[in-house]
Amino acid sequence: MRQYIVRRLFISIIVLFGVSVMLYLLGRLTPGDYVTSITAGNPNITVEMQERMREVYGLDKGIVEGYLNWLWDALRGDFGLSFLYQKPVTEIIMRYVPITFTLAFSAMVFEILLAIPFGIIAARKQYSRTDYFIVAVALVGISLPSFFFAAILKRIFAIGLGVLPLSGMVNARAGYTGWARIADIGKHLVLPVTVFVVTGVGGLLRYVRTNMLEVLNADYVRTARAKGVPEYKVIGKHAFRNTLIPIVTMVGNMIPGLFSGAVITEGIFSLEGLGNIAIKAVQSGDIPYLMGFNMFIAVLTIIGTLISDILYAVVDPRVRYS
Amino acid sequence: MPESDYVTSMKNPSNIIEFDNLQTYFYTDAGTVKAVDGVSFDIPMGKTIGVVGESGCGKSVTSLSLMRLLQGPQGQIAGGQLRYNQISRKRAVDIAKIPIKEMQKIRGNEIAMIFQEPMTTLNPVFTIGSQIDECILMHNPKISRKEVKVHSVEMLKLVGIARAEGIYDSYPHELSGGMRQRVVIAMALSCNPQLIIADEPTTALDVTIQAQILDLLRGLKDKINASIMLITHDLGVVAEMADYVVVMYAGRIVEQGTADDIFNKPMHPYTIGLMKSKPVLNEQVERLYSIPGNVPNPINLPPHCYFKNRCEKCVEICSGVYPELIQVTSTHKVSCYLHAKPDMSKYRVIGGKRL
Ligand SMILES: Nc1ncnc2c1ncn2[C@@H]1O[C@H](COP(=O)(O)OP(=O)(O)O)[C@@H](O)[C@H]1O
Ligand SMILES: [Mg+2]
Repeated sequence: MRQYIVRRLFISIIVLFGVSVMLYLLGRLTPGDYVTSITAGNPNITVEMQERMREVYGLDKGIVEGYLNWLWDALRGDFGLSFLYQKPVTEIIMRYVPITFTLAFSAMVFEILLAIPFGIIAARKQYSRTDYFIVAVALVGISLPSFFFAAILKRIFAIGLGVLPLSGMVNARAGYTGWARIADIGKHLVLPVTVFVVTGVGGLLRYVRTNMLEVLNADYVRTARAKGVPEYKVIGKHAFRNTLIPIVTMVGNMIPGLFSGAVITEGIFSLEGLGNIAIKAVQSGDIPYLMGFNMFIAVLTIIGTLISDILYAVVDPRVRYS
Repeated sequence: MPESDYVTSMKNPSNIIEFDNLQTYFYTDAGTVKAVDGVSFDIPMGKTIGVVGESGCGKSVTSLSLMRLLQGPQGQIAGGQLRYNQISRKRAVDIAKIPIKEMQKIRGNEIAMIFQEPMTTLNPVFTIGSQIDECILMHNPKISRKEVKVHSVEMLKLVGIARAEGIYDSYPHELSGGMRQRVVIAMALSCNPQLIIADEPTTALDVTIQAQILDLLRGLKDKINASIMLITHDLGVVAEMADYVVVMYAGRIVEQGTADDIFNKPMHPYTIGLMKSKPVLNEQVERLYSIPGNVPNPINLPPHCYFKNRCEKCVEICSGVYPELIQVTSTHKVSCYLHAKPDMSKYRVIGGKRL
C-alpha cells in the first residue's frame, strides 16, 4: 500500500508538470494579454508605454523563458503576484479558498446525502412510481442550466418572497460580527448551494441507482435473504457495503467537477470565491493567478483520486495494491 | 395477517414438506412464464429427495418458491400450497401464504439452502466467519459472541475444512470454489435445519472437486437428521444419495418414485433419455448421449405432452391432451400415454384431481 501511494505520488508530479506546461501555453497563446486588456480603449497609451508595461509584468519574455521562470519560482513555493490584485497569488488563494471550499463541500455533502438514499430507494422500487419520480427529478436537475435555475430561485426567494439575499457574500450594510456574520454568510449560501446540488446531484443519484440494481440482483444478496436476514439489513448491510465500492471511487472523482461547478455558481451569485476571481482572471489575462488557481485544482484532483484509491482498498477486501 | 390464513395441516404428519399443485409464474413483458405448473410431491422427514431434469425445467424455481426467494415482482406463486411441518412451533404452515416476517425465521434456521455458484454466493466484502456468525446470531440472539465463533469454527471443521480458524478470518476471494462451497454448506448447517435444499451444489465445480463435495454431502446425510432436497441434472449424483426421485420436465413432474423405481424401472421416455445421457465413471464413451432437441419455451407450451416433439416413442395419442399422472405402483407415478392401459377405467387416474 505505501509503495503504491509513493508510486502514485511520483506519477502525480509528472502529471502536474505536464498540466502546468499546457496551462502556461494556453494562458500565453490566448490573443490579447493583460496589458492589452487593461489599456484597451485608452487613447493616451502609446505602443512604447505598452511595451514598458509588458516588461514590468514579465510578458516581454518568450514563452519558454517565461515558463521556466514561473516553474523555478513555483518550485520554491512562489507563485508570483497576481496582475489584477498586485498581491501574491498564494495569499489570494488562501484568502478566498474558504468560501469556495464551503460552497463545494457543502454541495458535495448534500449531494451524497441525497443521492445515496434516494438512489437506493429508486433501485429498491425499480419501475414503480417512486422510481420514475425520483429518476425524473434527477434528470430535470441534470438538464436544468444553472444560470436559469438560479434566476428562477432568485426571482422567487429573493425578489418575490424576499426571504433570502439576491447575491453576494455578506450584508455589508448590516455590519454583522461573530456568529451573526456566519449566519449571514450561511443565508447567502442557501441559494448557491441549492443550485449547485440540484443541478449536480442527478449524475451521482443515477450512478447509485444503477449500482444498487446490479448489487440487488447479485447472488450474495439472495444468500443473505436465504439466511433469514431481514430486508432492511439485506439492503443496509449486504447490498450497501457492495454499492459503496463504486460510489467511493465516484466521490473521489467528483472533486474537480465540484470546483469547476463552483466557478460558475460563484459567478452567478457574485460570491467572492476563487472561481469568481478566476473568471475575472481569464477575462483579463492574469496569468499568475490562473496558473496558481489551476495548479491548486490539479493538486486537489490528484489528492481526490488518491483518497478514492485508498478508500477503494478499505471498502473492498479484494483490492490490494502492490 | 391472522395466523389462520396460513396455518394448515399436513396430509401426512411424517412429511416435512408437501408441495401441493404448486404453480409459480413469472409475469414478464414477453408473456407469462409458467416455470412451475402444478407440481405435487412430498419430502418425508429425514429422507433425501432428488429432483432431476435438464436445465430450464423449473427445478430452481421450485426450490426458490419454497424459500420464498422468487425474483419479485415478476415471480409469483400463482397457486397451490406449500405445506411445511413446523415442528418447532408444533404446527403446519402454508409457505405460499406465510407473511415474510415469519418466513425470515424459517429461512436459514429451519430450511437452509445451498446454491449452485459458490463463486458468487458469498458476500465478497465480509469474512467467512462473519457470514456464518451472522446466520447463527440471527436465529439465536441469546448466544454470546464467543460461543458463536466457537460454533462457526466447529461447522467449518464439520465440512472438512482443516485450517478452520484461518479460514474463519479469510475473505471469500481467498478461497477456491470447492472451499467456498464447503463454507456455504457449513453456513447452511449452522442452525441445524430441518430441511436442506441443495440446488446443483456441484455443477459449477471441477470434476475432482465435485466428487469431494458429493462425498461430503453423503457423509453429512448420515450425520445430521435433516431432510435433503437435492436438485441436479446429473442422475449419477441422485443415484448415490436419494431415497426418492422426482423427474421434472418443462415445469411439470413427468415421473416420480423411489430411487429404486426410477433407476431400475424407469418408465417415461424422458427419464430413460436422461438415464442414457448419464456419464458412467471409468467408461470410455465415444460421445455422451444427449436427448435431441430442447426444453420447450415455457411461455408458449403446446397443448399436448411437452416432451412429444423430442420423444422417440411417441404414438398417435400423444397429440391429444397433456397426459395425466398415472399411479403405477403405490410409490411410482408417471405421466405418459405409453403406460396408460387402453382401458382407463381400471386405472386410478391422479392427474386433474392432483393428489
Ligand atoms: N426471474 C425469472 N424471470 C423470468 N423467467 C424465469 C426467471 N427465473 C427462471 N425463469 C424461467 O423459469 C424456467 C425454469 O427455470 P429454472 O427453475 O431456473 O430451471 P432449472 O431447472 O434449470 O433450475 C426457465 O424457463 C426460466 O427461463
Ligand atoms: Mg437451476
